[in-house]
Amino acid sequence: MSYLIDRRLNGKNKSTVNRQRFLRRYKKHIKQAVADAINKRSITDINSGEKISIPDRDVKEPVFSHGTGGERSTIHPGNKEFVPGDTLPRSSGGGNGSGHQASDGGEGLDDFVFQISHSEFLDFMFEDLELPNLVKRELMGGETFVYRRAGYTTSGTPNQINIVRSLKTANARRIALGSASKKKLKELKQTLLQLESHGTQDHEKIKALEKKIAAIELKLKRIPFIDSFDIKYNLSTKQPLPSSKAVMFCIMDVSGSMDQATKELAKRFFILLYLFLQRNYDHTDVVFIRHHTSAKEVNEEEFFYSRETGGTIVSSALKLMNTIMDERYPVAEWNIYGAQASDGDNWNNDSSTCAALLEQSILPQLQYFSYIEITSREPQNLWHQYQLLAQQFPDVFAIQNIADASDIYPVFRQLFARRQS
Amino acid sequence: MKAAGPKGHFISTDSDWSFSLIRQYEEAIDTIAKDFGLDTYPNQIEIISAEQMMDAYSSSGMPMQYHHWSYGKHFAAIDHNYRRGQMGLAYEIVINSNPCIAYLMEENTMTMQALVIAHACYGHNSFFKGNYLFRTWTEADSIIDYMLFARNYINLCEQRYGESEVEALLDSCHALMNYGVDRYKRPHPISAEKEALQQQQREEQLQRQVNDLWRTIPGSKTDCEDSTPAPFPLEPQENLLYFIEKNAPLLEPWQREVIRIVRKTAQYFYPQRQTQMMNEGWACFWHYTILNEMYDRGLVNDAFILEFLQSHTSVIAQPPFDSPHYSGINPYCLGFAMMSDLRRICEHPTKEDRQWFPDIAGSPWQQTLQFAMRNFKDESFVLQFLSPKVIRDLKLFCAKDDDQEPHIEITAIHNAAGYRIIREQLAGQYNLGDREPNLQVNNIDIRGNRAMHLQHYQHNRKPLGKDTLQVLKHLHQLWGFDIHLLSLQGNEVTESYHYPEMLLGAHP
Repeated sequence: MSYLIDRRLNGKNKSTVNRQRFLRRYKKHIKQAVADAINKRSITDINSGEKISIPDRDVKEPVFSHGTGGERSTIHPGNKEFVPGDTLPRSSGGGNGSGHQASDGGEGLDDFVFQISHSEFLDFMFEDLELPNLVKRELMGGETFVYRRAGYTTSGTPNQINIVRSLKTANARRIALGSASKKKLKELKQTLLQLESHGTQDHEKIKALEKKIAAIELKLKRIPFIDSFDIKYNLSTKQPLPSSKAVMFCIMDVSGSMDQATKELAKRFFILLYLFLQRNYDHTDVVFIRHHTSAKEVNEEEFFYSRETGGTIVSSALKLMNTIMDERYPVAEWNIYGAQASDGDNWNNDSSTCAALLEQSILPQLQYFSYIEITSREPQNLWHQYQLLAQQFPDVFAIQNIADASDIYPVFRQLFARRQS
Repeated sequence: MKAAGPKGHFISTDSDWSFSLIRQYEEAIDTIAKDFGLDTYPNQIEIISAEQMMDAYSSSGMPMQYHHWSYGKHFAAIDHNYRRGQMGLAYEIVINSNPCIAYLMEENTMTMQALVIAHACYGHNSFFKGNYLFRTWTEADSIIDYMLFARNYINLCEQRYGESEVEALLDSCHALMNYGVDRYKRPHPISAEKEALQQQQREEQLQRQVNDLWRTIPGSKTDCEDSTPAPFPLEPQENLLYFIEKNAPLLEPWQREVIRIVRKTAQYFYPQRQTQMMNEGWACFWHYTILNEMYDRGLVNDAFILEFLQSHTSVIAQPPFDSPHYSGINPYCLGFAMMSDLRRICEHPTKEDRQWFPDIAGSPWQQTLQFAMRNFKDESFVLQFLSPKVIRDLKLFCAKDDDQEPHIEITAIHNAAGYRIIREQLAGQYNLGDREPNLQVNNIDIRGNRAMHLQHYQHNRKPLGKDTLQVLKHLHQLWGFDIHLLSLQGNEVTESYHYPEMLLGAHP
């Protein structure tokens, strides 16, 4: 007697709990590996999983075992030319007496290597980070709805019938309609029984009683087991789902002084910020603004890769950003984030315009604005102006300097570190 | 193989499987297996996906297992290797239970499914039912129930005492898992339903026993001062987990129960570790015999049998010692070679066989194989049945590595002088007692600081590995007091380990 069972549809992630416990136990190692990976990776694949390796000695589960040394005889297959009494130098790999055990014990592996998924990767990447000013969560009525249970109703489609509830009502109705008659029936029957047992000859009375009984029984029989108005339906109502939306403005200087390497650095920063926003908001828009002496809204490809030359007027980009915000992203509905990357060059008299623009019209509407300066030179005018702003708006405005790729992740963490409240 | 002219109709001719086909093959295999006299538990065949196979893999093949990070670690490693193509998954997993549960992967072709059914559902299954070790030590009827009980109990403990607490305890237990088995005593059989009922009584009683042992209030006056107290334990104890469960002074009742669960699990797997080579050999022998019989009866076509032979050959392949793929003797290869050789000795004995195996040469092969399967484990099976022909076929030789000699010496090869040496050495290689260090609890300082004294008896002067101190740390965690371990070569102490480590001279 055999049974054949198809288990393929059963849950396949039985090991998830164990896996999570494993990840939690080696959190420190994995976080380190993730941080290394971010710095090493090319920007385009920051959106995939990662191979993590942990020193084998750290994940080892110790057991009592034999160490090297002592005398051991081992049987091996495939003898070719050996005869008894032959001696071999110990270093030869195959003839090594402990070869059998060493390969079992995994001596050959220095590291325990495994894969974490993209979402696990991001979890570790953004752990302990927090979006500043995550307050404005707009209740949107227009886009998404969810059906929620809301009691019972008397009309609906057959698939919504609530059987338990319907039968309960039917039962109640049957009791309400029938209990008086039942009581009467019982009484009449008792009288009839009494009359018969006394041996009365009053046939007419008996007949009348029997007639009455039959009438009541017929009446009881007519009460339906279930009636159409017993049927109750599950009621669900459509409720708007609160959703949160964010828009991220990426502003980058593409003037002649920004070379491809600097742009790559900026791109990494923007990607990190984008991934991070995506995790926090249901819907994230990105607006790319690049500028030299004049600013232009472009698509991603153009933003990172097209070449332009010319001078630098930062305020042009900020003005454009302000216009786009007014036109398309009403501050009541959107969480607005700004990120600006530049090498610090600007027309000298423009820096104060930038500061004024930010201070008066942009920053009050923003959740957060971060400026990174990618340069190893002395900071220039723009930096100084922004520094003043940062002091003025410590909650929404932050500036950081980045010298090379390895700075990006730490700087990012610094900018978005969870704040003690 | 005979070029049989199959006149019957094939069960199927292409490589796709379906549930009805599996059923037909299973019935055909069942008929043949019964004809050969295989006695099995009922089969429960489950089709699973690759992911599910990895899940099953990482929880040591059990359909359910309590949660622990180490299973997650195994899963991560398997997942990684599988995805990178560094390893294939086993075609099947079979569980020693009644009914016998076998997992078949959905990726397998029809031929592979038939191979796996013959291998697992009739080979392993009959081994589980017949072999004396499994009959004595495992409860096939109740193991699934027990695993369920164990998982629920550990879940409950995690809720009550916190995950990290339970995890630390399980870590320590796992470190000593191989020392949680009774090797010689028959354990007391308890069904899993009673397990849950008895568990509470046991908690109370255990605690009472422990309290008695560690009572510090002076007892009756008969305890004379001059008589030296009886040593405890009276005899050295090799089942460390059992000893701790029963005697550790500071453990909570739930902790004792968890130790017991790990111990019971280890005991359940112990026969599998002792019979791996035989078990695989037996299963390979039967899938080979059964599928060839199917071909002879005209149930399967040439394509089927060729695909089967191809996978069969790769399963029993044995790379020679100097190959880069060599990682010890392949248990499938040796087991299959010995089982097939037994049949040969019965059916076509040579003069040599009559001399080496006078009592089985020429006997009915089915009975002889059944006898061998039922009454031996790897070690004794090799010692009893490894024939000169198998030694010659595999070209076995014995290399002695002695750290006191400058060179490795070849002590025996596949010739008349070497057969017996190779047989004994190979049997020793399958002796778990020799493979694992021999450690025993020798004495407990019950009147003093409650320290536990262990002794390690070296086998062929082999010292303890470098993890020893780490394991002692786990032992300390369970016992709660100092641990001292002496490694003995004969009567001479060659090394000693202590946890907590003693600071020389700094002791007040």
